[in-house]
Amino acid sequence: MAKRVVIVGGGAAGMQTALELKSRGIEPVIVERDIELGGKARGWHKLFPSFTPAGDIMRPLADRIRAERIRCFYGQEVTAISSDGVMLRSGERMPADAVVIATGFTLFDAHRKQEYGYGLYDNVITSVDLERMMNSGKVLLADGSEPRRIAILHCVGSRDEKVCQKHCSKVCCITGVKQAIELKEMFPTADVFNFYMDIRMFGPGYEELYREAQQRYNVHFVRGRISEAAETINKRIQIKAEDTLTGRPLKMTVDMLVLLVGMSANYENEALASTAGLSLAPNGYFKANDSFLGVVRSEREGIFFAGAATAPKSLADTLAEAALTASMVDEYLKNRYNEK
Amino acid sequence: MRNLNFGYGISRPRAIDMDNNDLRKSNAIIHEMPELQACIGCGSCTASCTAGGITDFNFRKLHTAVRRGEYRGAYEELNKCMLCGKCRLVCPRGINTRAMVMLIKRKLGDY
Repeated sequence: MAKRVVIVGGGAAGMQTALELKSRGIEPVIVERDIELGGKARGWHKLFPSFTPAGDIMRPLADRIRAERIRCFYGQEVTAISSDGVMLRSGERMPADAVVIATGFTLFDAHRKQEYGYGLYDNVITSVDLERMMNSGKVLLADGSEPRRIAILHCVGSRDEKVCQKHCSKVCCITGVKQAIELKEMFPTADVFNFYMDIRMFGPGYEELYREAQQRYNVHFVRGRISEAAETINKRIQIKAEDTLTGRPLKMTVDMLVLLVGMSANYENEALASTAGLSLAPNGYFKANDSFLGVVRSEREGIFFAGAATAPKSLADTLAEAALTASMVDEYLKNRYNEK
Repeated sequence: MRNLNFGYGISRPRAIDMDNNDLRKSNAIIHEMPELQACIGCGSCTASCTAGGITDFNFRKLHTAVRRGEYRGAYEELNKCMLCGKCRLVCPRGINTRAMVMLIKRKLGDY
């Protein structure tokens, strides 16, 4: 009989793991908290660095899950995890031969950085809001007019001990570069300013895209974190920062301020980890068994990880890692089965 | 009333005011040599600068300020450059910094 693996989370990591397990003759079961598959990538407009529509990646994954008749439980929250199954909020127990934690991350809540006025000022939006706007085909100010001067602020809820987010969220820098280019394509005469602390272009093609944004699209990069934003009487946003490369304070008024929100660990991680006997990294993410050969293994036999449950990751990294997770689960099940 | 000195002075605001700075010259410079925008602020130009070794000339700081529309004193400052071109040899972004010095001087000559 096929071994059964419960996958907690039906985002990119969960779906990819399920498909890879299925192709290895293992029976995956996805438990998703939401009412549909897709996770955070659902509703995203385009992906860095190639500007591939997110739907082109996510839709086929969900279609294949359906075609492979992989069982999915929706609207179900997992409250406890062990190597032989999970417990649902409903009180039902779901037995399994192994469990994969693919619970992903939580978006940083931009309201928490009050100094930027998200939720207070009409024209302060997050990078996620911008993706939704681009998806709807319209990026406009609150009064319906086109923005002529836009500031994009990096590291909102990342590398910030004031909001207990010590880690780098990894994907925001390149997202900021991508969105700056998209805005310049939409509004060629607009000026786009990216305010950054460091520019971290770690992936293939990222540095090239950064340079293209600078040189071809004339996006202005200002090294310095915006310290505060205030709304003017005509609903524009006045921002202050230090231009650290000239060593002088800088102030300007923009039509729109985009906050590149980072990735936070899920609030539920702590409770889940304690039921499973796992520990968390200092930033609240699940702790992988080691940083090299055990990145998808947990400290407990039979419990594995996939995707951003262990750290902020790009979609590409998540999809690649999920295939590794499936392979590790397969190996584990084979070893256990043979021993019996 | 002339030159009454009460011991107080008026300091010019230090902030770079991007709302009131005239960015036309800065835009013209960037338009002519867009590669200047590719600067990543590493400071290699300044570190290798012959003039910088004996004066406070700092090309990285100077061109960044010019790009923000801060032209005051830039032309005079650029006179310190001896056009040796060492900065161009070390720039990791391949910016022709030497040509940039001449371009900025040309654009700001009347400033």
